[in-house]
Amino acid sequence: MSAVAPQPAALEFDALDVAYTVRGKDRQVLRGLTLRVDAGQTIGLVGESGCGKSTAALAAVNYLPRNGKITGGAVRVAGKDVLELGWGELRRLRADSVAMVYQNPGAALNPSIKIGSQVAEAFTVRGVARGEARERAHDALARVQIADPDSVMGRYPHQLSGGMQQRVVIAMALAKDPALLILDEPTTGLDATVEAEVLDLVAQLQAELATSVLFISHNLGVIAKMCSRVGVLYAGRLVEEGPVESVLQDPRHPYTVGLLRCIPRGGVRKDHARLDTIPGFLPSLGAELPGCVFVERCALADERCHAEEPAASVVGPGHETRCWHHDRASELPRAEAADITLRAVDRTAAPVVRFADLGKVFKQHGHDVHALVGVSGEIWPGETLGLVGESGSGKTTLARTLLGIVAASSGGVELDGAALAPRFQKRSPEELRALQIVFQNPDSALNRRHSVRRIILRSLRKLAGLTGAAAEQRMLDLTHSVRLSERTLTQKPSQLSGGLKQRVAIARAFAGEPRLVVCDEPTSALDVSVQAAILNLLVELQADGGVSFLFISHDLGVVRYISDRIAVLYLGRLMELGSAEVVFGGPHHPYTEALLSAVPTVDGGGRERIRLEGDIPSAASPPAGCVFHTRCPRKLGAVCEETEPPLLDAEDGHLMRCHIPLDELRRLQR
Amino acid sequence: MTVVAAGGGEARAARSERLHLLRRSPSVLIGAGIVLFWVSCAILGNHITPYDPIYDQTQNIFAHPSSAHWFGTDRLGRDVFSRVLAGSRDILLVAPAATLLGTVLGTALGLITGYMRGIVDDVVSRLIDAVLALPLIIIAVTAIAALGTRSAWAVAVVIGLVFTPIIARTVRAAVLAEREQDYIQAAQLRGERSPYIMFVEVLPNVMPLVLVEATVRLGYAIFAVASLTFIGFGIQVPSPDWAVQIFDNYTYVDPNWWTVLFPAAAIASLVVAVNLVSDGIQQAYER
Repeated sequence: MSAVAPQPAALEFDALDVAYTVRGKDRQVLRGLTLRVDAGQTIGLVGESGCGKSTAALAAVNYLPRNGKITGGAVRVAGKDVLELGWGELRRLRADSVAMVYQNPGAALNPSIKIGSQVAEAFTVRGVARGEARERAHDALARVQIADPDSVMGRYPHQLSGGMQQRVVIAMALAKDPALLILDEPTTGLDATVEAEVLDLVAQLQAELATSVLFISHNLGVIAKMCSRVGVLYAGRLVEEGPVESVLQDPRHPYTVGLLRCIPRGGVRKDHARLDTIPGFLPSLGAELPGCVFVERCALADERCHAEEPAASVVGPGHETRCWHHDRASELPRAEAADITLRAVDRTAAPVVRFADLGKVFKQHGHDVHALVGVSGEIWPGETLGLVGESGSGKTTLARTLLGIVAASSGGVELDGAALAPRFQKRSPEELRALQIVFQNPDSALNRRHSVRRIILRSLRKLAGLTGAAAEQRMLDLTHSVRLSERTLTQKPSQLSGGLKQRVAIARAFAGEPRLVVCDEPTSALDVSVQAAILNLLVELQADGGVSFLFISHDLGVVRYISDRIAVLYLGRLMELGSAEVVFGGPHHPYTEALLSAVPTVDGGGRERIRLEGDIPSAASPPAGCVFHTRCPRKLGAVCEETEPPLLDAEDGHLMRCHIPLDELRRLQR
Repeated sequence: MTVVAAGGGEARAARSERLHLLRRSPSVLIGAGIVLFWVSCAILGNHITPYDPIYDQTQNIFAHPSSAHWFGTDRLGRDVFSRVLAGSRDILLVAPAATLLGTVLGTALGLITGYMRGIVDDVVSRLIDAVLALPLIIIAVTAIAALGTRSAWAVAVVIGLVFTPIIARTVRAAVLAEREQDYIQAAQLRGERSPYIMFVEVLPNVMPLVLVEATVRLGYAIFAVASLTFIGFGIQVPSPDWAVQIFDNYTYVDPNWWTVLFPAAAIASLVVAVNLVSDGIQQAYER
């Protein structure tokens, strides 16, 4: 590296070491991180949780938590060493030239101050007069494509959707025309359609303002879309860095290879192959790692990897990796055998669950909110029905109605042909055990005061009627089938990692040999390698026991991987229902088409983005005619505004609610 | 392939760190030291006092503090130092009993109102608001008068009942938050009955809060028992209880200040000590 660069980098980490003091000991979290963000560039930083991504972001403006300290190396912003700045200079740096946007926009905005005043404050803090600040706030909101800045300025944060909130935060971040913008998982909590809009906005603003961006994300698809270069962080060390296409298409570090293999992509489905996983766990915080940081989880590791830290090797133009075996990285043996045999779903048999004309009306401030409108469907034994749609589309309400947590306002649910009571309190133990759920957030789903053993035994007692030695035996079988070791049994949930907790939650749901398990975003709180392992587990449980799943996810790649059929919901209505191949392969409903086009993929390119105008309308006053007409890019005209299209069988059980004939859609979407 | 536990011992480490914090916190150490001192005085009682706190009545009434009588003597010529040392026994039974009763009832009520919500919650919560609007002493005096007994145990029961709604309200707020957790729904979906969910699933998760609340209430209970005793309810003569001593001697306080000052200081030291411990526990759990 040359000491005198012609133009200083917007941000430069130079062999940065950061340690946190935990229980009186220094634990290293960043190990010699070296990364440059050149002026006008967008650099991505990926890695699983706990790798040190956010620590790097905080170190960039010397804003580490109180127990964190920089123990070596340097951070330079526009050529200035951040560590040598005085308090006043540091404050000016944070106020004037570096802006940060975090994951949760709801927490970044003050809930008790109106948007107008909050955005204006971003200007007044830099010495702009009050009146002018409001005008500039107005312009800033317009710049982030908020259609009606005046009305938004008069509202409080909670009155805005997540996507709008994130735009406001971005508007505030850009208020100072920052030279450097740090985005820490900016779209992680957002719907795919909203994520796509926010990403488009960031890309456009970045091009206009020539801002340098450090883009932190765990989502390789997002990184592929946004960044020119990417760094892969593992256990605080940058293991690979290079141009995005080169790193993602020709990864040369086993960790990057593993990460890419964990993601269900390129249309792979559960009956094609198991997903590969990365065995083992991230080394504990501050562990002594004399050799390669990835050595414990690497199938290519040999003695040299244990003993000697790999030097950076150049493997392509601007592409470096820290692996002794980078030439063999692509030959990394699979951690999971790929082959799997699944039973074909027999749709001539009776369905496990049938729901007909389900409706749900919530009362809200005296208004009727139609969360579900006339939704019908069946789920056959051994089948996975995927449920997709934006938030507010009724996915969770449908699942909760089947489980009886929410009583349907109209229509009914049948289990094996027998009608179920609308509320779970009135259902028999047999019916309760047949329908179970795996929640999104394993922290909330498990009682933190109960041991794993107690959680599973109680479920066996209530759902399977087992006690004593029989229950003990079944518990061991169950823990074995969800791949938990026996020693986890005595532990409390807080002692387990997210993936292990989710396995416990799955074991609990399977205690009574259920017929249908609702999986409500079961992997969205997990890292990709853990997600892959959980998806494999669900598929195996299905192959062994013929259980059916109702699988809710906003990650379309995951839904496509695991589902046999897919239902698309919009504003509580079923818009499309068909086999996974047909729904993803097309011709699609215009809404499905827009959803699919919004997903950034690792392979990049592919579909042209279809923009959906505005947010999902309020379910309290849904549009007349086709509910999707207000945002539909393929709207025909008056007929869409006036007449609600029926849900018709377009072709071989592929149901579609659209006025456009199937052949016409096929032609349009070619 | 079997997945082994990662980060094992994290929770245990957190718990031991909490204990460690408690042990190192100066406020907890000082508070616990004072409480322990008074508890041992209560247990050892007459064995450690230089004179018998009740029966050693001398002709030497209202003697100034001296080497023979460190805290002087009272109106019956009894040694005030001995009586202060022995005076913790009754209040250390009555106040914790009142707190225990209030905590048990209040926690149960808080669990029920917070978990059931609906009409039960509305009715009970309004009643609680009404009770909380009245000063504690007024309710207590009225209730004791209505009961027709002035005994210490009646006072304990009344203070416990007065504390019940206060504790119930705190617990209810925590239960409302806990109720939103998915494990509650999981329990409902495997057919658990409400009492099981309330007491086996929810209660252990609100226990730290109950513990903190109980120590805070204990401080108030000591204060309330002393106040009621001073106005003639609760602990009665001839007990050497501190508040009884004040009640017994306050008409002679001028110029015999030592007869009132030392028992009053003893009450204050116990209340402050309990509050120090409670602050320490609260801080350890909030981290």
